[in-house]
Amino acid sequence: MTSRVERVEGGALAMPGDDIDTDRIMPARYLKAITFEGLEAHLFADDRAQVAAAGGQHPFDDPAGRHASVLFVNANFGCGSSREHAPQAIARRGIRAVVGESFAEIFAGNSLMIGLPCLTVSRDDMRRLMDAAKSSPGLTCEVDLRNNRVTAGSVSVTAAMPPAARDALLSGTWDATAALLEDYAAVEKVANALPY
Amino acid sequence: MWDQHAVRPLPNGQTQLYIGLHLVHEVTSPQAFADLAARGWRVRAPQRTFATVDHIVPTGVQVRPFGDAMAETMTAALERNCRAHGIPLFDLASGLQGIVHVIGPELGLTRPGMTICCGDSHTSTHGAFGALAFGIGTSQVRDVLASQTLAMSPLKVRRIEVTGRLGPGVYAKDVILTIIGRLGVKAGAGFAYEYAGDAVDRMSMDERMTLCNMSIEGGARAGYVNPDETTVEYLRGRRFAPAGDAFDTAAAGWRSLASDPGAPWDDVVRIEAAGIAPTVTWGINPGQSVAVDATLPQLSNAAADRQGLAEAFEFMGLAPGQRMAGTRIDVAFIGSCTNGRLSDLREAARVVAGKKVSGHVRALVVPGSQAVRAAAEREGLHDVFRAAGFDWRGAGCSMCLAMNPDRLEGREVCASSSNRNFKGRQGSPTGRTLLMSPAMVAAAAVAGEVVDVRDWLS
Repeated sequence: MTSRVERVEGGALAMPGDDIDTDRIMPARYLKAITFEGLEAHLFADDRAQVAAAGGQHPFDDPAGRHASVLFVNANFGCGSSREHAPQAIARRGIRAVVGESFAEIFAGNSLMIGLPCLTVSRDDMRRLMDAAKSSPGLTCEVDLRNNRVTAGSVSVTAAMPPAARDALLSGTWDATAALLEDYAAVEKVANALPY
Repeated sequence: MWDQHAVRPLPNGQTQLYIGLHLVHEVTSPQAFADLAARGWRVRAPQRTFATVDHIVPTGVQVRPFGDAMAETMTAALERNCRAHGIPLFDLASGLQGIVHVIGPELGLTRPGMTICCGDSHTSTHGAFGALAFGIGTSQVRDVLASQTLAMSPLKVRRIEVTGRLGPGVYAKDVILTIIGRLGVKAGAGFAYEYAGDAVDRMSMDERMTLCNMSIEGGARAGYVNPDETTVEYLRGRRFAPAGDAFDTAAAGWRSLASDPGAPWDDVVRIEAAGIAPTVTWGINPGQSVAVDATLPQLSNAAADRQGLAEAFEFMGLAPGQRMAGTRIDVAFIGSCTNGRLSDLREAARVVAGKKVSGHVRALVVPGSQAVRAAAEREGLHDVFRAAGFDWRGAGCSMCLAMNPDRLEGREVCASSSNRNFKGRQGSPTGRTLLMSPAMVAAAAVAGEVVDVRDWLS
């Protein structure tokens, strides 16, 4: 049994843009390692350097978001490569919940495996959440898995999650390995009956 | 297939699914093995687990220890883990090494009716054999190592029927780029993509693998093609496929897997093969593509995605309404798990035979496996490529993702037979990728710019 994830409260960080792929979240050169340690330093490394070079400030370099616990994103976040390094780095940065319009399937699955909830909200609601986070830096945000709600200041919206993922987080069974090893006789029975 | 591999329902509503084949490589496995050791678990089914090195291997000088210390560390870690757990490793010295999604099929490890996973999103490739195959992350690699099972929810199935004949110079790569262009990069979430129709029925296994490979680029975690005689004949005589009478028995089982023509699909999409042209991506995701003879979209016509399109135009240095034909390239890359197989190299060689790579283009051919390389050399393809001015390399992922010395520099533009045109994908944060078929890459290498390969094939 791993820890239950029912509620996340803290600052919010908005990372706008559709189809943000895992190569952008974690460029491949940082995958040259045999642990996940220290990956958070390289989150969006190339994007950040390019925004800074152009005189701008990337959301992940905004001091107001330094201690954020909740990440706001748009559609199809985490598409592309299956690298778990992406959600690992996000979690190691201190983010404990990601709220977006939609997530790439492998990214959402990898996040669940490390106890990082990915909740979805409508496009309009995400615009309201991002506006709230941007207009009041340091705003406290609450992600309530039990009641399917995300609240940022005066904005409070309904969120959704695949029921199996939600149940695994609420019951603290998101690290499934122990459950998978529970009834090994049943596993062997299936294996032995396969034609290959 | 699902029922045959289902162990039991899990309390959260998912199913514990048995995994018949687990493929492992050096990038997404070391943390999984470390976690396994920390919990005191062993690899439960090493006989169903096979490993190779592909992502970080240099394709030029392949002498150990590798020049890149981290590449050496990762390779050594995989060797150590495979030795400790009794997992067969197809390493550089084996003659069987290659990109995991190329060697699984060519060794006959990938077969119809299997559940297959690997810590790599392009595991969808193996669905070309009528297997349920999907990519997983490192924590799930740990789960499969420890239990040979995964907690899974069933996928919906979208049947994509490609009917009619593809024109000359139009390949499976153009078909899948067209499908993704039409459906978009998010449409596949929650689905497996089943490719069907007479155009797919006529395709070789190499071509079907190209289709299934890029399912993930359309958001679908798995691709699938019904097994048929093409599948059976491909597998006959492969190293790990059953032999003799056992092959015939297995083949009868494979044939029986084909989905019922009256099966209720969750969605059906139909595409006319004759309407597909050689296709090139112009943007920063694989859905941003056009026929080589068409013009790029106008910003005003796509208000919903205006911001994403504007970002893509800016990054790529391209303008709305322009044509891709004539776009100057700096690098030409033929290879990857999408298009690094023998038939891909043959098509590219057919285009470059007797011609020269343009003076300003750096061009390389990277076979998908050592076996592909050897087979190509038996046909003399390496001589054709070398005479034209291509580098002829060792097997690996190479410039598809630049975790090895092969990468773009600065804002270079690369005509690439790989699968992703994401910002920075090919190793330079500002490098630009144009995805296309191997034959189109070959023609672009010679012309020094994007051209329509149909004008080159007579």
